[in-house]
Amino acid sequence: MRTRLQKWSLLVGATAVLALPMAGWAQLTPADFEKRIGTESHIGNITGHAKDGKADYRRYCVGCHGDNGDGNGENAFYMQPPVFQQPRDFQLGIFKCRSTPTGTLPTDEDLFDAITRGFDRSNMPQWNTFTKQQRADLVAWVKHFSPRWVSEKPGAPITIPPEPEITADRIKAGRDVFARVQCWKCHGVLGQANGPSAATLQDDLGRPIAAFNFTEGSRPKCGDTDRDIYRIFMTGLDGTPMPSFADNIKPDEAWDLVFYLRTLMRPNSKEKEMAKQLGLKPVDPNAPAGQQ
Amino acid sequence: MKSGYRYLAVLSSIVLVCCGALILNQSVVSAAGEGKITGTVKLDGAAPHMKGIDMSKDPYCSKAHESSPAHLEEVVVGANGGLQNVVLYISDWTGAATTETAVPVFDQKNCMYTPHVLAMDVGETFKVVTSDQTTHNIHPLPNPMTGNIPWNQSQPPGAAPVEKSWKAPEVIPVKCNIHPWMNGWYVVVKGPYATTDDSGNYTINGVPPGNYTVTAWQEKYGTQTAKVTVAAGAPGKADFKFTAK
Repeated sequence: MRTRLQKWSLLVGATAVLALPMAGWAQLTPADFEKRIGTESHIGNITGHAKDGKADYRRYCVGCHGDNGDGNGENAFYMQPPVFQQPRDFQLGIFKCRSTPTGTLPTDEDLFDAITRGFDRSNMPQWNTFTKQQRADLVAWVKHFSPRWVSEKPGAPITIPPEPEITADRIKAGRDVFARVQCWKCHGVLGQANGPSAATLQDDLGRPIAAFNFTEGSRPKCGDTDRDIYRIFMTGLDGTPMPSFADNIKPDEAWDLVFYLRTLMRPNSKEKEMAKQLGLKPVDPNAPAGQQ
Repeated sequence: MKSGYRYLAVLSSIVLVCCGALILNQSVVSAAGEGKITGTVKLDGAAPHMKGIDMSKDPYCSKAHESSPAHLEEVVVGANGGLQNVVLYISDWTGAATTETAVPVFDQKNCMYTPHVLAMDVGETFKVVTSDQTTHNIHPLPNPMTGNIPWNQSQPPGAAPVEKSWKAPEVIPVKCNIHPWMNGWYVVVKGPYATTDDSGNYTINGVPPGNYTVTAWQEKYGTQTAKVTVAAGAPGKADFKFTAK
């Protein structure tokens, strides 16, 4: 290479020729997700910045979620499914707890809530000890691992009608929904996660996974308010066997189902008291849906 | 010319020639004179035994198969060694990715997927329906890195059809989490396609005259390719033979 012009010409020419074949979505490397270092998150009036989340991630999260955000941290080996689910692979951009329809990205708020709340019965702690700004920065950092946020907007959050009054009729109607869509197939008729399909459940990556056991007393992973439970079956838990029932349960019926599910859960509740007074029996898996 | 600038001129022309070649290579798709490609796909050798399926976990499913037990469908061989469920498509297709076909329909029937393999185009709407009185969930598992995103929807008895489409070519496994033996495939391609029937025969329609590479995909035996020429009034012909293993 004699002159600088020759050097640069060769570089430009080579780059142009090599760039002609279209690149697909290959394995993600730091060189790839570093391009998204400018990723932001917006939660309420707080803006998070990925580059500001980097230090906290490397201090607190890398052990499980890995340097490359793919869930292959040092600790991941010790989390054996189905008892403990493996850390999430952020490169895939697939998340369980969302307010958005199945197959769509969660909102920044969904991710913020996940970090704040943690996940019961898993190794993901509550990180509510971080400031809101720290958590917002971490959300942006989590997002920067997947290219999906560049080309795709999060799904539109589902509309949740206001929660109605708990009545005996609604609890009975909820029991009918439980029978009609056959939740008991995985969750069992008493919600003990011992349904006929429970033993063979696998997550999207082929690892064993357990259905939620309503009777155990621990909280559902996506939160334990009535709204959280509503969202679980109306958006589905992506990456797991739990589907979205949004097309098959009407919003009003969905509240009925939430109330019925409360009757199966350990903490005492108004619903549980009412079910006891009604003498409500578990659904009969052998009876047709209309004759429970 | 100074030596440096000559260098630049030579390199620029190489780049331009490469770009030009790629652009000109796009075959002109003519609206008139739509031809076809036909052929047969066969299996050479004894078909492997397909295991029977134990559906006792769901009495509705086992009852539906009381008189004719179900088997896994990895390799389905018909009369004269014809291989069913093989997808044929044009791997060097440069026309429109989505071509006109009837809406592909995927049915959950007697706790099995019908058809076992559903071919479709990038961007083409397909429909998932259920004919069963037991709850299924329809759960395709594409690799999110391709641009196709997994989704998971419940299909209780009487559920309305689910209509979706895919963004990128891919062979996508489909499963039901409730009935673990249920597995099928969505084969997403660009351009015209066909799936072999129970005699291993196929016809790819809507192929303008030209030279093409046809690829045959079978879930166990992988892919094979063949070069084919379609002329006006003279369909292309490509037969394939996979060796039993």
